[in-house]
Amino acid sequence: MATPLLEVKDLVMHFPVKSRSVISRTVGHVKAVDGVSFTVAAGQSLGLVGESGCGKTTTGRLITRLQKPTSGQILFEGRDIAQAGPRVLKPLRREIQMIFQDPYTSLNPRQTVGEIVGAPLVIHKLVPSNKRLAHVQELLEVVGLNPEHYNRYPHEFSGGQRQRIGIARALTLQPKLLVADEPVSALDVSIQAQVINLMQDLQREFNIAFLFIAHDLSIVRHFCPEIAVMYLGKIVEKAPREELYEHPKHPYTKALLSAVPNIEQAILGGRRERIRLSGDVPSPINPPSGCRFRTRCWKAQDICATEEPLLRRVGAGADEAACHFPEQ
Amino acid sequence: MSRAFLSVENLSVNFPTSDGIVRATDDLSYTLERGQTLGIVGESGSGKSVSSSAILGLHRNTNAHVSGAIWFGGTNLLALSDDEMRERRGKEVAMIFQDPLSALHPYYRVGDQISEAHLAHNRVSKRAARARTIEMLARVGIPQPDRRVDDYPHQFSGGMRQRVMIAMALINDPVLLIADEPTTALDVTVQAQILDLLQDLQKEFDTALIMITHDLGVIAEIADDVLVMYAGRAVEYGSARALLSQPAMPYTWGLIQSIPDVSRSVDLPLRPIPGNPPSLLNQPAGCPFYARCDYSKFVADNRCATELPELAPASYGHLKRCHLKEELSVYDTQLAVVETGAN
Repeated sequence: MATPLLEVKDLVMHFPVKSRSVISRTVGHVKAVDGVSFTVAAGQSLGLVGESGCGKTTTGRLITRLQKPTSGQILFEGRDIAQAGPRVLKPLRREIQMIFQDPYTSLNPRQTVGEIVGAPLVIHKLVPSNKRLAHVQELLEVVGLNPEHYNRYPHEFSGGQRQRIGIARALTLQPKLLVADEPVSALDVSIQAQVINLMQDLQREFNIAFLFIAHDLSIVRHFCPEIAVMYLGKIVEKAPREELYEHPKHPYTKALLSAVPNIEQAILGGRRERIRLSGDVPSPINPPSGCRFRTRCWKAQDICATEEPLLRRVGAGADEAACHFPEQ
Repeated sequence: MSRAFLSVENLSVNFPTSDGIVRATDDLSYTLERGQTLGIVGESGSGKSVSSSAILGLHRNTNAHVSGAIWFGGTNLLALSDDEMRERRGKEVAMIFQDPLSALHPYYRVGDQISEAHLAHNRVSKRAARARTIEMLARVGIPQPDRRVDDYPHQFSGGMRQRVMIAMALINDPVLLIADEPTTALDVTVQAQILDLLQDLQKEFDTALIMITHDLGVIAEIADDVLVMYAGRAVEYGSARALLSQPAMPYTWGLIQSIPDVSRSVDLPLRPIPGNPPSLLNQPAGCPFYARCDYSKFVADNRCATELPELAPASYGHLKRCHLKEELSVYDTQLAVVETGAN
């Protein structure tokens, strides 16, 4: 089998929690990401969904190596970059780029769009300065902005246009992998669809692989053929989208899906029975023993507290779930 | 004929600025009865928050120009003095704000912030107000309310903070509750909890609820009536069932089609509304949606560009602001073209 573009093995990120005395000691760890494994093939999309605090954003930041993982492997084209230093990382930054959530804070307000989109070219010394402008204008055109607007500032653009600028910046270096962290959740519904369509066109045109991080399940379904669901730093289910949405195996996935408001069901089928998850997500400093979802799970039994369920094949398809009592 | 419990009539809110007048809400009318829920949908800048905060008199002592009438229980809220309005605000009419982190004061304990609302409107002792606060915290589902009452906002999670906001809004048993995007900042599982809670409380107290949101899914789940706003105006208004199953104008179609639909094939691209919402400054004559509308070609004499459509009954009942005739057959034809064209 060919090497996948990205292979993540047992990725762990523990942030130390310091005591607030004069001599600060580590009193515990926030287990933000706790043993996550997945692969992304070239030109494909993997969706990463979960509630806030489940570790999906941290996972994205580890893969782009904005942060150094505590342990685990990040194999990019077969090479482990998990602990790589800046010298190894710099050329790699051309291959892995990121699209950020908030188009209002992720663009420097004091730089023109031309400077923002062209900055990667300067840093990596790719295009001579006299050709840079033409290159930037081409990129602006690709993402559907007016190329004549290169000398405008971010505040002159709307939210959707700013997100296009962020996408243009990420495309500048022609990356093979784009980590998109909630790329449309700050946008109005009508604009979300524009940006999603743009990203899909770009993916087809340039054969870019996406790690698509989002909490909006209907958008993830639209964008990603394969989806991983995270809960408290772990992947609890990973499946092709048809499987995941029609036959969720993990109780958490089922609860998550049932919580999404749906127009057609509400209009046609009256109010449907919703699985109410009680309480909040437990603290990632002291996650529950055994299965982390057991404190909110309606199927939990004794074994769930003592033995941690591993991600394994469930059913006939490619669906994997980490549960002792998966749905059938 | 007697007026509805809440009747907003020809409400306009304008903000004079150095660049001209921003018509944030223009000639808006709607009614709401007790125990009913009105959903107001629209994009950012469509005037949904501005029009609702006018009910609470939040534009008083600002440079905003508010005109029209807001009839609430027999009085016109816009004609009240500041003192009379203050008496009602937070008591009979209450609001849940969008972002619970910025709407709560970080330096004060949540219990003090909630009981302040109770003390302001009732002659009760601090002890009684505190007891009432704990009762409300329990009512909105906060565990160990007698201990959490002395916590600060940062010690609560997002969903818990929103519950605190709800407890604060409901402590004086308001008869009208305005919820401004109460679940937008929350995860879907927490959103489901909060929506259930709002509906339970509404049933219990027979509250009239205005739900402001941009999420049509939320509207479909809880609203009886829906008002779609665009560029400060109502563009479609009717019962939730009729409006969502037979939407009658292109902006609403666009909103519905922008949402990835679980029953549609994932191979079809989404159908976004092209362009951006218009500026509320110097609005052009004609339909505010004209510049983004694909359907104006079906209207004779270019009326969409020159003449503002009236909010008038659509062919099957509810109100729409659009020149398009026979809108359902036009809509179906367009849909068919899209579905086959992509296959």
